[in-house]
Amino acid sequence: MVFDDRSPIYLQIADQIKNDIVTGALAEDEQVMSTNQYASFYRINPATAAKGFAQLVDEGVLYKKRGIGMFVSPNARELLRTGRRKAFFSEVVDPMIREARAIGVPLKDVVQHIEKEDK
Amino acid sequence: MTGLGVRTDNLTVTFGDQVALDGLDLRLAPGKIHGLLGRNGSGKSTLAAVLAGFRQPGVGRVLLDGGDLGEAREPYENAVVTSRVCLIRESGDLYDAAPVKNMLGLAASLRPYWDADLAGDLLDRFEIPMRKRVQKLSRGKKSALGVVLGLASRAPLTIFDESYLGMDVPSRQLFYDALLADYAEVPRTIVLSTHLVSEVSPMLEEVVILDRGRLVTQSPVDSLRGRGASIVGPAAAVDELTTGLAVLAEQRLGGTKSSTVLGDLDETLVRQARSAGLEIGPVGLQDLFVHLTATNSKEGDR
Repeated sequence: MVFDDRSPIYLQIADQIKNDIVTGALAEDEQVMSTNQYASFYRINPATAAKGFAQLVDEGVLYKKRGIGMFVSPNARELLRTGRRKAFFSEVVDPMIREARAIGVPLKDVVQHIEKEDK
Repeated sequence: MTGLGVRTDNLTVTFGDQVALDGLDLRLAPGKIHGLLGRNGSGKSTLAAVLAGFRQPGVGRVLLDGGDLGEAREPYENAVVTSRVCLIRESGDLYDAAPVKNMLGLAASLRPYWDADLAGDLLDRFEIPMRKRVQKLSRGKKSALGVVLGLASRAPLTIFDESYLGMDVPSRQLFYDALLADYAEVPRTIVLSTHLVSEVSPMLEEVVILDRGRLVTQSPVDSLRGRGASIVGPAAAVDELTTGLAVLAEQRLGGTKSSTVLGDLDETLVRQARSAGLEIGPVGLQDLFVHLTATNSKEGDR
């Protein structure tokens, strides 16, 4: 993973881990890398990695076991999917509609295309 | 050992009529990796030399404290302090006629926290032969030797002043890996002075940006990322929106204008911009650095 210079790295770390949870690459109750492992693997400052992990603990996505490490919360996947569903129409569908209009694709063609997928 | 804290009060250094450091008031928190960024001639190396006691402040003072030093002390002409501050410059400050082995012996005798195992391991990884004389090493290997001495000293304040410029990309990555691994094991105060902003910035926790001997800004590096924004659109609309904002740079192409501003844009402003048909984009750290230290940059710490 290459970090982007244009937004805080700790947020990018948190987003990447969330993504891994949503796609199932990280399972619930699975242990995640330690902050030092993460920092040396991605060549980033350990405090930055720790901040990203702390954010996920605050959001209930990860939980800590004292002296052992951090794990994916049992309900993390559902929690994240619910959050993303809320933003799905405004962030994914609306821009698609705008693009379709701009380039002259009739919305009924879009609907047809989607219905084909659903069968 | 947590590392030394740094404090400078009105630190001023002049060379003839040239001012290298101009009334610098700086605090570096102990135990963090700090980036010291600035263009050539901005005062980075002079600051590093004063912190290490290589040079006496003209006006003002430098105080180091914490770790096993306890109360704050000045580094200049104080062997207890300077043995705990390791400055590695690009030249390496090496004795050319001496074999590598002797350079390690010298460092071992001067540095209270010297780790010989780490030094041996790093020499292997950088493929530096122990018996060779320093003058027979290539520029890259000399730089690497400097880096080895800096890391294995495990000094509570370790400063790398562009020490890795002579190293090729794979060697620099070896250095970054070794630095992070050893820092995780023995946290200490580390200062990386550089203008390779994008390469080094992920490893930093704090940045200090100097320009012409003055402090431009000091901030956690992650909060500097995303602190700049570029606003692009019809010139009149851009001007209207950026009134009252800290504008770092402006560019015009026909009727279109692009302004780079510093500071978090609040939501009202973002909505206002969108409805006026303006585009807002993030500005990377490297670009922000360029704008903040540009010769025509508007003055001050915003």
